[in-house]
Amino acid sequence: MSVAILRQGDYLIASIQSDLSDTEVVELRGELAELVGTYRARGIVVDVAALDVIDSFVARSLRAIVLTASLRGAETVIVGIQPDVAIAMVQFRLNLEPLRVALDLDAAISLLDRLTRGDAEDGG
Amino acid sequence: MEDEVRVPINGDADLVAARAEGRALAERLGFPRPDPVLIATAISEVARNIVVHVGRGEITLRPFEEPDRYGLVVIASDAGPGIRDIEAAVHDDYSGSGGLGLGLPGARRLMDDFRVVSGPDTGTTVTMTKWRFRDELARVREERRRG
Amino acid sequence: MDEQPDRSAADAEVDQDAASLLQELVAYLRDNRTELREEWARRISEAELLGVMSDEEIFSEATEVYDNYVDALETGSIETLQTYARELSERIIPRGVETHEVLGIVLLLRDVLARSLFAQYQDDLELLNRILDAYEPAANRIAVTVGVSFVEERERVIHDQQEAMRELSTPVLQLRERLLILPIIGVLDSARARQLTEQLLAAIRDNRATVVVIDITGVATIDRTVANHLVQTVEASRLMGASTILTGLSSEIAQTLVDLDVDLGMMKTVGDLQGGLEEAERLAGYRGGPAGDATGDVET
Repeated sequence: MSVAILRQGDYLIASIQSDLSDTEVVELRGELAELVGTYRARGIVVDVAALDVIDSFVARSLRAIVLTASLRGAETVIVGIQPDVAIAMVQFRLNLEPLRVALDLDAAISLLDRLTRGDAEDGG
Repeated sequence: MEDEVRVPINGDADLVAARAEGRALAERLGFPRPDPVLIATAISEVARNIVVHVGRGEITLRPFEEPDRYGLVVIASDAGPGIRDIEAAVHDDYSGSGGLGLGLPGARRLMDDFRVVSGPDTGTTVTMTKWRFRDELARVREERRRG
Repeated sequence: MDEQPDRSAADAEVDQDAASLLQELVAYLRDNRTELREEWARRISEAELLGVMSDEEIFSEATEVYDNYVDALETGSIETLQTYARELSERIIPRGVETHEVLGIVLLLRDVLARSLFAQYQDDLELLNRILDAYEPAANRIAVTVGVSFVEERERVIHDQQEAMRELSTPVLQLRERLLILPIIGVLDSARARQLTEQLLAAIRDNRATVVVIDITGVATIDRTVANHLVQTVEASRLMGASTILTGLSSEIAQTLVDLDVDLGMMKTVGDLQGGLEEAERLAGYRGGPAGDATGDVET
């Protein structure tokens, strides 16, 4: 399996295990969109540590995941961008808004906790 | 001396192979980080264009080794309808929009040399090269020579 | 068309002439090896060159150079000489021998041999001229070869030393948990900037850093390439979840960045290191700022 999706409380954690074909990326988008609704998830973490390449298609897809999740009330955090990949993305000038990023899973969960707690306090 | 590698591109699963081959070959040639990833990313962009716009084509990875420098030439070729406006395809504005969505401007920024030949009868061939001086000293001398 | 055969015949004759002259010259130089070498060593001492070497050493190297010199004259091939020159350079550079000394002694040898040829063939000026015609280009080529080999070897040594210093002088330090500082000192060129980026990103990952302070107090100037590199480093750091504060910009660098129209975008800059560190600690949650981790927003 190329992507493992787990539930952790209100959050979904999608762990990409290896380089994905475009079809698999599209499938991931669809699955996450559905699961957010199914579980009323408030946050998604997408772990891309296993990706050696994040090109324009993957970047577009990640953006799409973020926007779709947002429409369904969930925040998304991308984690695990490798140093070389980060350099490639910057040099490529990939458009990276509105992605939230964190270094790893722990950092992402903390961030989501803060974001969703903030939402609760603001009442939305 | 490394051999040429050819990756047939017939579907999006082949992009995975093209990226992997490109990265592995770049590492074998001795490219320092982050170059192998930069090369693999550029390969991904041009290979995807083949899948999305033409359906089939080929990626050729051609290493070259000279006394003073080494490098990798990536040739993405297809027999498709060609790119109408090459200039527009290869340039984007500062914010990164433009480029006709072909990812070529980005790939160009990742590589050292980048050429596109395209026409309705000849298909499209993108030739991009990344290279390094073997020796830091050779690089410094070259920079000095260029002034 | 008819001129061609004549000319090439004449050329061939000259070449043969030069070749046999060179042979005669080489034989002469070998026969008089001892005296010429001694004369040369004497002139070297007189000119106070190679002061760091003892007389025995000078004589021993002089012998080696002389023999290689004559061989090069004879064979026309400078490869052996080049190899020897490089090895010699490797030996004497650490001893502090300088470029002008190496050029000096080679030119002295040239002079000693030329003088000796004058003396030998002074009764036949026409022959002397022909011998010099053969000798001079060969001798000059040798002088250049030795000089260039020395200089290149010197450059290599200096370069290696700089590399070694570079490795030592670019540590990424962990100031507090999640807080890194990268002080940059000296000349920042694009090769070094690339190395720094790699080191910084690896350190962010290894230390789980959320805030990085890049201090360029010790950097005098930067150009467009390096400025863009810095910006890219900051952006790449952000993709790994760390925010960056740039400190210690001199007014010159600040102006350069403005003039180059470099997009500093989301990069925070603070004039002095102290202020930057305080801001960093705040960001990292050490001074009652935002709790725990940085917000992680790409656009903040």
